Amino acid sequence: MNTTTERGAAQKAVPRPEERPRAKRRRTYWSADRALSIAIVTPSIIAIAIFVYGFIGWSLRVSMSEWDRGLTPRLGFAGLEHYLQLFQDRRFVEFGLRNTLVFTVLFLAACLAIGLFLAIMLDQRIKGEGFFRSIFLFPMAISFIVTGVAWRWLMNPSRGRRASGLNLLFGMINLGKVVDFVLPGPAPEWMYDIGMSQLADKLPSLFNLGKVVDAILPGPAPVWMYDVGLQNVEISRWFTNSAPWGIAFVVIPAVWQMSGFTMALYLGGLRSISDDLREAARVDGASEFQIYRYIILPLLRPVTLSAMIVLGHISLKIFDLVYVIGLGDLSLDVPSVYMWRTIFEATNYAQGAAIGILMLLMIAVLIIPYLVYSMRSETEL
Amino acid sequence: MTTSRRLATPALYLLLFLMAIFFLLPVYLLLLTGLKPFTEVDLKTMWDLPTRIAFDNFARAYAKLAPYLWNSLKLVIPASLISSMVGSINGYVFAKWKFPFSDLIFTLILFGMFIPYQSILVPMVQFMQWLGEIIPPIGRGTIGGLILVHVIYGIPITTLIFRNYYAGVPTEVLEAGRIDGAGLIGLYRYVVFPLSIPGFVVVLIWQFTQAYNDFLFAFVLTRTETWPVMVALQNMAGSGSSAVEWNVQMAGALIAAVPTLLVYMFLGRYFLRGLMAGALKG
Repeated sequence: MNTTTERGAAQKAVPRPEERPRAKRRRTYWSADRALSIAIVTPSIIAIAIFVYGFIGWSLRVSMSEWDRGLTPRLGFAGLEHYLQLFQDRRFVEFGLRNTLVFTVLFLAACLAIGLFLAIMLDQRIKGEGFFRSIFLFPMAISFIVTGVAWRWLMNPSRGRRASGLNLLFGMINLGKVVDFVLPGPAPEWMYDIGMSQLADKLPSLFNLGKVVDAILPGPAPVWMYDVGLQNVEISRWFTNSAPWGIAFVVIPAVWQMSGFTMALYLGGLRSISDDLREAARVDGASEFQIYRYIILPLLRPVTLSAMIVLGHISLKIFDLVYVIGLGDLSLDVPSVYMWRTIFEATNYAQGAAIGILMLLMIAVLIIPYLVYSMRSETEL
Repeated sequence: MTTSRRLATPALYLLLFLMAIFFLLPVYLLLLTGLKPFTEVDLKTMWDLPTRIAFDNFARAYAKLAPYLWNSLKLVIPASLISSMVGSINGYVFAKWKFPFSDLIFTLILFGMFIPYQSILVPMVQFMQWLGEIIPPIGRGTIGGLILVHVIYGIPITTLIFRNYYAGVPTEVLEAGRIDGAGLIGLYRYVVFPLSIPGFVVVLIWQFTQAYNDFLFAFVLTRTETWPVMVALQNMAGSGSSAVEWNVQMAGALIAAVPTLLVYMFLGRYFLRGLMAGALKG
């Protein structure tokens, strides 16, 4: 603590020369450098001032204008009209916002869980760590457009004889037989009920989420499942399930792409925890599980926070992936796609700008506290 | 040192392999489809191995995508080089030459990294249109304009990475250089820059990937002749002919992914090291 604050103070005082006979000459020299240092960053500051803050301001202005059709700006003042329209717009509220919420929650939870899980596995001094690490990380190199194209075919919702992609693959490896093998003897009743012990042709009834829950919790499904429409979700229909559960399946490719990144962050965190700490806990008789639960996980909290910020802002503004997979399907709508259509199809620039501003507000709620927090703690770095 | 983590068992390896299959499955499918002769391509036999190796689909996809691949390279190489230079000198100043309010300004710059680009899209298009009337080579519709936009919106992240990186360079090292009479430029040129290679690798890879994989900016700022490959791919995959040529799309998707995959294959190690060392921590 102490030394770091001292270092911070020393850094702040850096440009000041030490008092020496030649101080005068050196002072002018240093202040020239000081001026130069500011001059160097000025173009970037101006660029950001225009391209970030200026443009946000202009978007705000456009969102309150009358420019609701055509390519020629009409900047008469319309007040909050477009925002009010959006909040009464089922497409924006019931599809866009709800889909974003479902997507963000599932995406964050899955990425963090899988990322942490992979990192812990890789941290067991296994052979071929580098190999696995690259496999888990490489999807990050790929664009959401490519991911979307590949996964749209993998998650092809056709079933039965026309099954393709993963539906076909599950039938081919005969998931039912795999289950038979893992659990020998006649398959439990519920497996027949949901078609799990049968062949690809019967795949439609496979993985009806509602039925699986029925089997695990017999009796009528809980009310909340009906409320949120979960009893009708069938895995084999993938992203064509009705809103908001269709978007839940778009989470799969997104997690495929970003969980390796989360793993890398966690792995970095795990590697920075000294072995002495684990050793000490072990000497005190802690089990391996207890070590993770009570020592390692709490120490990884800052990593979780950074990961949540990065993943959270990606998911709140997700566009390319949904655009490619959804191909304009209303039930997969998110604000960014809606904005896209509003601008390029309806040429309603004012409304489009309003959607952009609302997206900014959603993200600002997440980001600004984080930035303020990290700027404060920065001072002692 | 002697600790052997007890979870390293066959079950662990089995789990790792299962996860690896999940990660490789899409690529396997892209590769498999791309290598099939055209006559064997059918949604129903999607997972069957080809009877003979053919590059039909790759050839067809490449023929369609080649000009756009070139556009992409003309875009990402300058964009990532300029970005990392800009980020490096910015990071140097914000880490080692703090001036009044520099931390506040840095935080304000950082905010630009998180904004949804939808919130600046309309003004940006208008601005680039206007810019093109004054300076045609960097206006809307040109690759130059797209480079400019990527460099500017790359400023926050590149500055952040370099600033974090330079924060780890001991001030004493700079002090020593200063006593030897080096100034701002001299210190950068002879002390800081030579230490920055790992930082450059991280930033170059990051910006390369960002600019190459970008779709939103490219779509609104380019014309058909200047499309980067992602826009062309989406166009090829978009509604129109999708039902028929899905195999060509898949081959195209793989071709489009090759440049970034190569970069990760050869430089991924350094990138990972940078990530793990906290290059991206806020």
